[in-house]
Amino acid sequence: MAAEQQGSELAIHPMHQFLIKPLFGGDVVHWYTPTNQTLWMGIAILCVFLLLVVGSKGRAIIPSRAQSVAEVAYGFVYKMIEDIAGKEGLKFFPYVMTIFMFVVFSNTLGLLPIGFATTAHFAVTGTLAILVFVSVTAIGFARHGLGFLQLFWVTAAPLPLRPFLALIEVISYFVRPVSHSIRLGGNMMAGHAVIEVFAAFAAVALISPLSVLGITAMYALDLLAAFVQAYVFTILTVVYLKDALHPKH
Amino acid sequence: MSTAAAAITAVAADHPTSATEAAGMPQLDFSTYPNQIFWLAIALIIIYLMLNRVALPRIGAVLAERKGTITNDIAAAEELKMKAQEAEKAYNQALADARSEAARIVAEAKAEIQADLDAATAEADAQIGEKATEAEARIGEIRASAVDSVTIVAKDTAKELVAALGGKADARSVTAAVTARLKG
Repeated sequence: MAAEQQGSELAIHPMHQFLIKPLFGGDVVHWYTPTNQTLWMGIAILCVFLLLVVGSKGRAIIPSRAQSVAEVAYGFVYKMIEDIAGKEGLKFFPYVMTIFMFVVFSNTLGLLPIGFATTAHFAVTGTLAILVFVSVTAIGFARHGLGFLQLFWVTAAPLPLRPFLALIEVISYFVRPVSHSIRLGGNMMAGHAVIEVFAAFAAVALISPLSVLGITAMYALDLLAAFVQAYVFTILTVVYLKDALHPKH
Repeated sequence: MSTAAAAITAVAADHPTSATEAAGMPQLDFSTYPNQIFWLAIALIIIYLMLNRVALPRIGAVLAERKGTITNDIAAAEELKMKAQEAEKAYNQALADARSEAARIVAEAKAEIQADLDAATAEADAQIGEKATEAEARIGEIRASAVDSVTIVAKDTAKELVAALGGKADARSVTAAVTARLKG
């Protein structure tokens, strides 16, 4: 930031897009104030509603386009849970589906030119990750009691190694929500910030073609990342769920 | 430097936010966290209720129904295929039956014709035989009548010859002589 203030006319503020502002004027963000982020969460809800509720309204045997997409999303998450966590995991299908739909729509809506990237905020991704972490741990102890601790006892390893592995396993277990949330939030934030940087350079006539090209390429990459990160976030959730359901190695 | 100052003021005018916010990451502005978490919780609850109450049961039902329909259709198709195979078998059977029936009829007709022919031949043979005996009888008759004629002519000739030679022909002796000569 120091460079730009030294005489260049470039005003690069890649982080400005992430500012949370009250939606209806004012400066103070109370816990209940509707903000621009609230608006885009609402739009995400609307999109989920349009796709999954309105889209499946026809209940058609031969589906319409929207219903096909809704069915693909349904089948995608359903099969993911079935494959990784088994039949028992399907009990948690609505929860996982909620997370997936919210993340995938927040990610993609953030890519709209006027959009706001809800999932580029660690408060959001962190809350989601902690939600997953807490519920998965609770499910593990509720299902297996202290047997859940077998998760940290790697029986496949030689006995002398197991205490060390247990220590590593415990640390990695508690790092999960951090990596889980930073991975998603960081990806979203970085992608949008890089686009913003390229966009700022577009103001300079000489390099603007290059800059526009850069924006296009970054946009394509971000679109990919939006879906991939939603997928990764969901599949990790399911993997953690599997650990809770089947802690034995 | 004046341009730079102008740029900074312009930027500041565009984004009327405090310098600390602009310099740092809004993501790390903890004062907004309660707000974000509050609205996130509401958003998640709304999405969860929408999915759990309406969307997922509906889509699940549609998928199950479709699976059922497809299974039924496949079963129906299998059944129809079996029926078609049976029909083909029946058709082939009927064809084979018709062929053997036709062959039987042809053989029967041939035998009948042969019998008719045999009967006709026999009848013709019989008629020919009859005609032949009749003809033989007539030939015999003709031959007999010819012998008679010869006797009469011989008698007459003998009488005339005797008369011409100046004798008086005795009818009874001439007849006896001719009869004796005819007997050889």
